[in-house]
This record gives sequence, C-alpha cells and structure tokens, in this order.
Amino acid sequence: MIRLSHLRKTFDNKRFVTDDLDLEIPTGQMTCIIGRSGEGKSVLLKQMIGLIKPTSGSVFIDNVDITKLSDEELEPVFKKCGYVFQFAALLDSLNVFENVGLSLLEQGEKPEKVLPIVRDKLGLVNLTPDVLYKYPSELSGGMRKRVGLARTLMSSPSVILYDEPTTGLDPITARVVHELMYDMQKAFNVTSVVISHDVEIFKYVDNVALLHQGKIEYFGSAKTIWESDNPYIYQFIRGLQDGPIQTEIAHQTGAE
Amino acid sequence: MLISGINFIGQAALSVVNMIGAFAMFLWTAIKTCFTTRLNFAQLFLQMKRIGVDSFIIICLTGLSSGLALALQIYIGFHRFGIEEFIGTIVALGMTRELGPVLTGLMVTGRAGSSMAAEIGTMQITEQVDALKTLCINPYQYLVVPRMVASIIIMPFLTVFSMLCGIIGGYLYCVNVVELNPDSYISGIRQWVEMSDIVGGLIKSSFFGFILSAVGSYNGYITYGGARGVGIATTRSVVVGSIAILIANYFLSSFLHTVGIS
Repeated sequence: MIRLSHLRKTFDNKRFVTDDLDLEIPTGQMTCIIGRSGEGKSVLLKQMIGLIKPTSGSVFIDNVDITKLSDEELEPVFKKCGYVFQFAALLDSLNVFENVGLSLLEQGEKPEKVLPIVRDKLGLVNLTPDVLYKYPSELSGGMRKRVGLARTLMSSPSVILYDEPTTGLDPITARVVHELMYDMQKAFNVTSVVISHDVEIFKYVDNVALLHQGKIEYFGSAKTIWESDNPYIYQFIRGLQDGPIQTEIAHQTGAE
Repeated sequence: MLISGINFIGQAALSVVNMIGAFAMFLWTAIKTCFTTRLNFAQLFLQMKRIGVDSFIIICLTGLSSGLALALQIYIGFHRFGIEEFIGTIVALGMTRELGPVLTGLMVTGRAGSSMAAEIGTMQITEQVDALKTLCINPYQYLVVPRMVASIIIMPFLTVFSMLCGIIGGYLYCVNVVELNPDSYISGIRQWVEMSDIVGGLIKSSFFGFILSAVGSYNGYITYGGARGVGIATTRSVVVGSIAILIANYFLSSFLHTVGIS
C-alpha cells in the first residue's frame, strides 16, 4: 500500500536525510522504524504522507505517487492516512471536544451532531467524557497522545502514522499507549507505521526497519529481531558503542 | 578580497529576492484562499475581538495623548502669529489625515501583529499547523485569512476612535490649559475639515491593517527553531510591519491625493 522509491531529501544540499531510500510497508501490519536521534525518522514519516516534499524520488500510496500532488490534491491522502504527532499537536486554544471534532466542525457540522462521534472516539482510546471540555494544558502527556489518536481516528483512516508516540512517557503509560496502538491495528486492520526508540515496542509490531544515514539498513520481522545477525540492528537494539553505527562517544574515544 | 565581496553582495541579493518571492507567494496563496474558500466566521469574529476590542483602550490613550501634545506644539507656534483659532483645525486635520491612521497602525502592529506572529509561530514549531493539514483544514483559511480580513475591517473603526480621542485631547488642552474659546476650536474643525480628510485616513488604516496582518502572519508561518525562532519572528513582525506602514503611508497619501480622494 505504501511504497517509497529512491527517496532523497536534503535541506541544505550537503547532507541527505533520506538517501536513495527504498521501503515497502506491508498492508494491514504494524511496522516500526527505528534509528538514532537526528537520523531523519520524522522527516521520513512526514514524506510518507506528503507533509514534506522529497528532493527526489517517489512515495506511492495505493499506486498514486503523492509527491506529484498539490496541497489540495493531498486531501484524499490525509483522509486515508492519519498522523499522530510526537507531542500530539493539539490546538492549545481549543478544548478536547473541539480538537477531536475539529475536522467535522470546520465542515459546518453542528456541535450536537459531532459530540456523540467524539465521545465514541474518546471511548476507543479509553478516555472518559469528563475530559471533553478540558484544554490541552490541563491534560497529562499520555492523555494528550490519546486525544491525538482519537482525533486521528475521526476520519477512520486505513493507515495510521505514529511519530514517537511514547516519547516523554513513563513506562506504564508508554505500555498503555503501545497496547492501544496494537488494539487499534487489530480492531480496524489498519496499516500502521511507528517511529520509536523504545525496544519494548517490538512486542507489539510486526516488522522493524532501521534507518541509518538516510538508508534502510535492516528490514525484518520483529519476532526474530533479537536473533538477527545484521550488524546494524545487533548494535542498535543492544545499545552497543562498537559496531557500524558510529556514536559521538565512540568518535570521541577514537579521537583520544 | 574582491571575489569575497562580490560573493557577499550576491548572497545578500539572492537572500533578499528569495525573501520577497516567498512573501509574495504567501500573499498570493492567502488572497487566493480568501476568494476561493468559505470565510471562517467564528475565527473572523474572534480575531476582530482580539485585534479590535482588546486594542481599544491603548488606541484611545495613544490618540488622546497625541492630540494633547499636538495641540501644545501647535499652540506654541500659532501663538507667535496670533492665529490660535486655527489650532482645532490643524489638530483635526493632523489626526484624521496622518496621526490617527499611522499611530493606530503602529500600535496595533506592536500589540496584535506581534501576537499573530507569536501565535502562528508557536503553532508552527509545535506541529499544530501540520496537524491542521492532516485534518484537511487549510491553514491559510483557518489561520491567515481571518486575521487579514479582521484587521482590514477593524482598523478603520479603531482609527475613528483614535481620531476622536486626538481631537478631544486637543480640545481639552486648548480649553482647559490655555483657555481658548471652545467654540472657535469646534467651529474651525466644522469649517475646514472635510469628509474626504476622514475617508482618506480610514482607507489608509484599512491598508495598514492588511500590511500588519500579512507581515505578522507570514513571520509566524515561516517560524522555525523553537522558542528563539518565535522570538525572532515576533520581533521581525513588529520591525518590518512598522517600517512597511511608515513607508506605505507616504505612497498611499500621495496616491489618495493624486486621485482626489484625500
């Protein structure tokens, strides 16, 4: 369903964030993209949905190259693909009800018609109606992310992209969010792509891709990832300093 | 040395052209959105309240103090020639033709233009603008157009109050401080100030509303780099907006005079 072909992206014509990258996301499965901080995972995810245009290459969603589409033509893509932002990106000036129901309210739907739909979506992410009229500043990090997910579910997307959904959350809340993502994937049979640093997520996803220096250095099943002898994935998931992935600490040690 | 100098000039020229091009594209998209999409009335009224109602007190105070100072300075000059009865006329002409619109433009730029840049800039760096796109909400329609239309509509109203307060300030100085005849102050205004003077000032203020909202929104929209980026965007929106208003003021005044409106 989602296929990236020869994807290249540079912001300064010096370093390529994605460099001739090819990747195919299996339909109906949950794929996790891992990689070091600053490798461009979020940029990759945003290119998948058209929020960032690649310098060259193609992104195919249902065989349509979305890199050729204008902002207006991208609307069907956004309806099909939901995006859960790293810090939820809830609009500060709107309460939970207005945030979740924003797309319908902006289409001119009456609030009383939108309210039951919003309640329903909040229920899916295990939030009770008493949060409806709270503002984002009154919510905890975990609640914000769940509200963000509820907002994404409003369009009943067939693809959900999660940008580091558990960043900044404690392990218990992170697990709740992981289970929620897993439940969503199973309940609606959506295709999910998750950016994460958390190795705990391997329990919930089907596939893992490792992004390193603009390329996918590993793609394989999450079930067998701990047995993999791929040097990149071996080093990364064990947090080792020695290996093909150069770390700042290894650089400093080498220099000394 | 020569090559590096030419290189520097070339880079600077490219940077300026790039900036002007980006601003022109932003304006074109905003204007196109304004005429091709439904106006968001909820956002429009909210912005009219924020830009207009919330600026009302400072606009009145600015107008009043300017009227007082203007009357004082004119009195000093006119007293030398014994033509104090024209103070009211000159204060009114000054406030309606120049000071009312320009001071309102500058004050609203400092208060509301900076707020636009900060608010949209914060939304940009916290991915709220991207979130709007993924919800199929046009950020120009939701964020930019309501601010621009609200500024264009509300600025003339604020300017009317600035003009009025300025004239009242002049009256208070003339009547209470230098004890001139109140009737001569008012009759001078009635006799010499024409509706075209007021209309010209209001047209200018509407245009200033367009400038300050366009500059504020644009600087917010291109914000990057966290809190520092928001700070830079806010400062730039006030500086660029104020300078643009002052420059536009001359050309607008000249244009309105040439076409016979003011």
